[in-house]
Amino acid sequence: MSTHRTSSEGTGPLPRVVLVDDHGLFRSGVRAELHGLVDVVGDAGAVGDAIECIVRMEPDVVLLDVQMPDGGGAEVIRGVTPRRPAVRFLALSVSDAPDDVISIIRAGARGYVTKTISGPELADAVRRVAGGDAVFSPRLAGFVLDAFAGPEGTGRAGIPSGDAELDQLTAREREVLRHIARGYMYKEIALRLGISAKTVEAHVSAVLRKLQLSNRHELSRWAVQRGWVDG
Amino acid sequence: MVTAPPTHSAPLPRDRPRAVGRRESWQVAGGLVLLMLAILLLFRTWGVWVGDAVVWPLVLATGGGALIWRQSQGAEVVDAPLRERARPGGGAGRPRRGLRLARPSVGIVGLGAALIVGAALVFLWLNGALVPDRDVTLAVLVVVVALTLILAPWWLRLVRGLTEERAERIRTQERAEMAAHLHDSVLQTLALMQKRADDPREVAALARRQERELRSWLNAGSRREPGASLAAALEAAVVEIEDAHGVPVEVVAVGDRPLDERAEALVAAAREAVLNAVKFAPGAAISVYAEVRGDHVEVFVRDRGPGFDLGAVPPDRRGLRESVLGRMERHGGRAVIHTRPGEGTEVELVMAP
Repeated sequence: MSTHRTSSEGTGPLPRVVLVDDHGLFRSGVRAELHGLVDVVGDAGAVGDAIECIVRMEPDVVLLDVQMPDGGGAEVIRGVTPRRPAVRFLALSVSDAPDDVISIIRAGARGYVTKTISGPELADAVRRVAGGDAVFSPRLAGFVLDAFAGPEGTGRAGIPSGDAELDQLTAREREVLRHIARGYMYKEIALRLGISAKTVEAHVSAVLRKLQLSNRHELSRWAVQRGWVDG
Repeated sequence: MVTAPPTHSAPLPRDRPRAVGRRESWQVAGGLVLLMLAILLLFRTWGVWVGDAVVWPLVLATGGGALIWRQSQGAEVVDAPLRERARPGGGAGRPRRGLRLARPSVGIVGLGAALIVGAALVFLWLNGALVPDRDVTLAVLVVVVALTLILAPWWLRLVRGLTEERAERIRTQERAEMAAHLHDSVLQTLALMQKRADDPREVAALARRQERELRSWLNAGSRREPGASLAAALEAAVVEIEDAHGVPVEVVAVGDRPLDERAEALVAAAREAVLNAVKFAPGAAISVYAEVRGDHVEVFVRDRGPGFDLGAVPPDRRGLRESVLGRMERHGGRAVIHTRPGEGTEVELVMAP
């Protein structure tokens, strides 16, 4: 229980990864940390190079810096997805500003982790994204809970109809996010909630989908609200 | 009026388009003047005329004014792209601008001014105002109008220049402030880290402290007032522990509320719980999660340390009982400790109405 690697470690081929970051020093650092854990097939330091490299290498996962010149990580996603829809993106950033996090996720990234993450944890996150799951850091889970704050569970007064399903988290999804924010791993969450790890992952993927598609104004206008205006 | 060179002219040699363009525009201007003169004379012979005393000075003044105004506007237009180009280079934008300002071509402006003054004099003379005992008011009025025409462009530019200079000064000040800040903080820390390179724990602590400091500086304004809200107080308490013990603690807060007496007690209890984790789970990851839903506040302090057997709490862990559980109960909240040997520890603090 004290280690939190997934069982997939060491089995099957290593996921193929392209690293995109405008800091060369950071790229080589991550490369060294991930050595032997994933297969880094290429890296790029600018948006244009990155798109070209990803289209050519067709990696499983792209580790993507959020803040870069010429449009940042979101621009890379926009450039690649029409041509290589199977490529998945995991955002890796120093920024913990909510609007950065939310905007890269809404651009299409399947997860968000901060650059202080350890090598093994990062490799684990890459594997999870490669397998089609979403990766939420505790902080991202906190942001999402904040963004979807409001009428809880079944009661949904005050929410405009239409995509009501997209604009709400279910009680279970909230519970899973809360555990992620508290620092629990998926397997531990599954144990605590009495569900399978697959179900936990399904909940997180559902949250990711809502996060990307919902029109809740909190998601588009982050900077403004963030407080206890109506207590 | 001076206009741009005709667009249908043959392609000019690349290296001297300006000189040729200028001569051509003078020819165009001369042609225009002659044309205007012809039309005016035509009107005069037809008798569609207000009178020599008004029309000729007016024509002269218009020509002079046009020359001066065009001169000043033209200089602005030339200036703008130059400045745009200089800015990204950083810092190089300033000296150039002064040079450009001081160089409106004196000949044209002088000619314009002479035309206007001449127009004024001709007008006064033709109306007989130059004779000493005639209408002084008219004379003064005409001189004032002439001077305004001549000086207005400069005055406008002066105002515009002052505004830009102020903006530039503000930019420079901000830059200086930023440099000073980086110098005091980041450079100092980097120097310190080089000195302590043999102590990874200390280096990590230094880096983390600097990171936090820089973040709060960058986000100045959007951050919560320290001491004003529960989340801010919690963050401040954790930061203090991080600094004192050199241990990273991750804080995630959802929602927020004003800091009242009970919230303060909650923060104090959370602080004790974190301190406990630091003490008994050395080297393990510690995370704090706070969630506020109206009056209902929950805080979880979790570590991935060795955990312990709740049934056999060693005497030295009584602190947790007293300072966390006791404190919460005194303020109408509750605290639950989840732990088992080998599974880490989680302290759950709940403050409900």
